[in-house]
Amino acid sequence: MAIAPDATGKTSPGQEFWAGARQTIPLIVGAIPFGIIFGTLAQTSGLSFGAAAAMSALVFAGSSQFIALGLLATGSPVGLIVLTTWVVNLRHLLYAVGLVPYLQALAPAWKVALGFWLTDETFMVAIQRYRQPDPSPDKHWFQLGSALAMYGNWQLCTWLGLTLGQAMPNAANWGLDFAMVATFIGMTLPYLKTRPMVATVLVAGITALLARSLPHQLGIMVAAIAGIFTGVLVETTQKPEVPHP
Amino acid sequence: MNDSEWLLIGGMALVTFGIRYPVLALSGRLQLPPRLLQALNYVPPAVLTAIVVPAVLVEAGDLWISWQNPRLIGAIAAIAIGLWRQNLLLTIVVGMAAFLLWQFIV
Repeated sequence: MAIAPDATGKTSPGQEFWAGARQTIPLIVGAIPFGIIFGTLAQTSGLSFGAAAAMSALVFAGSSQFIALGLLATGSPVGLIVLTTWVVNLRHLLYAVGLVPYLQALAPAWKVALGFWLTDETFMVAIQRYRQPDPSPDKHWFQLGSALAMYGNWQLCTWLGLTLGQAMPNAANWGLDFAMVATFIGMTLPYLKTRPMVATVLVAGITALLARSLPHQLGIMVAAIAGIFTGVLVETTQKPEVPHP
Repeated sequence: MNDSEWLLIGGMALVTFGIRYPVLALSGRLQLPPRLLQALNYVPPAVLTAIVVPAVLVEAGDLWISWQNPRLIGAIAAIAIGLWRQNLLLTIVVGMAAFLLWQFIV
């Protein structure tokens, strides 16, 4: 990762912030079509311009926003949509737990901010930075940079989509949502360097297919946990148990 | 915006933040067991794969493994270029291009 330390070998909060934003650019490229489609779809699903913009600003969780649109279009009650949102976003709980070791010493305001802006993309980028061995005390600035870049882009694309949707109501059918799939593939590949990781991915993928008929995308959660469990199992059986100090 | 839209967005915002934040809020007092920390290493690839695989291979509830599936072709292109060049942006662009091209041809 290209963070240039200064002469003393330290990185400043500002450097961390911009490095986080820069590192997120490829993921932003993948999110752009996704955001635009959300905007274009919103109005055909019966959500007003203001409500769609408010949803992107206040909820800020792409896949659950899409699912909410789908449910709205079928006339589902608000309670069911909120419940589904909860289930679909449960995976963020895994991210939050993953960040605990790195964020536990921060001030409460930081935890509120980084919690509100926590997404798939920012988690993936930030966790790589946190795991780098250099002792920089400002790595949370890196996460903030990534988070704000994602957030700004999402708002912009929602507006763009809302405007575009009024001009081209068919844009939602172009299949541009595949950009998210391509992005997630690109984010997964670098992990496939060890045997436990490969086992994780295989089991998570197969389980996701087998569990696809579970309601409200619960299959994602089941598959992720099966994959994680497999990875730990393979890692543990691969090397002899090292006694903890 | 009408009342039911406010209710919807308020509810969605509340449950989403209610997942993302509380663990962080309590993190100062949390002591994670080493086995859990080990497991967390596998969270990113496991979640991403669990989202991607059905998105590529499932169409209206059924498996669709066929050369006519543009998502499959796009995914294969993305994986191939990603493993070869190890460049995220290139992976996204090539995967997307393959998908759109295939969708246009087939």
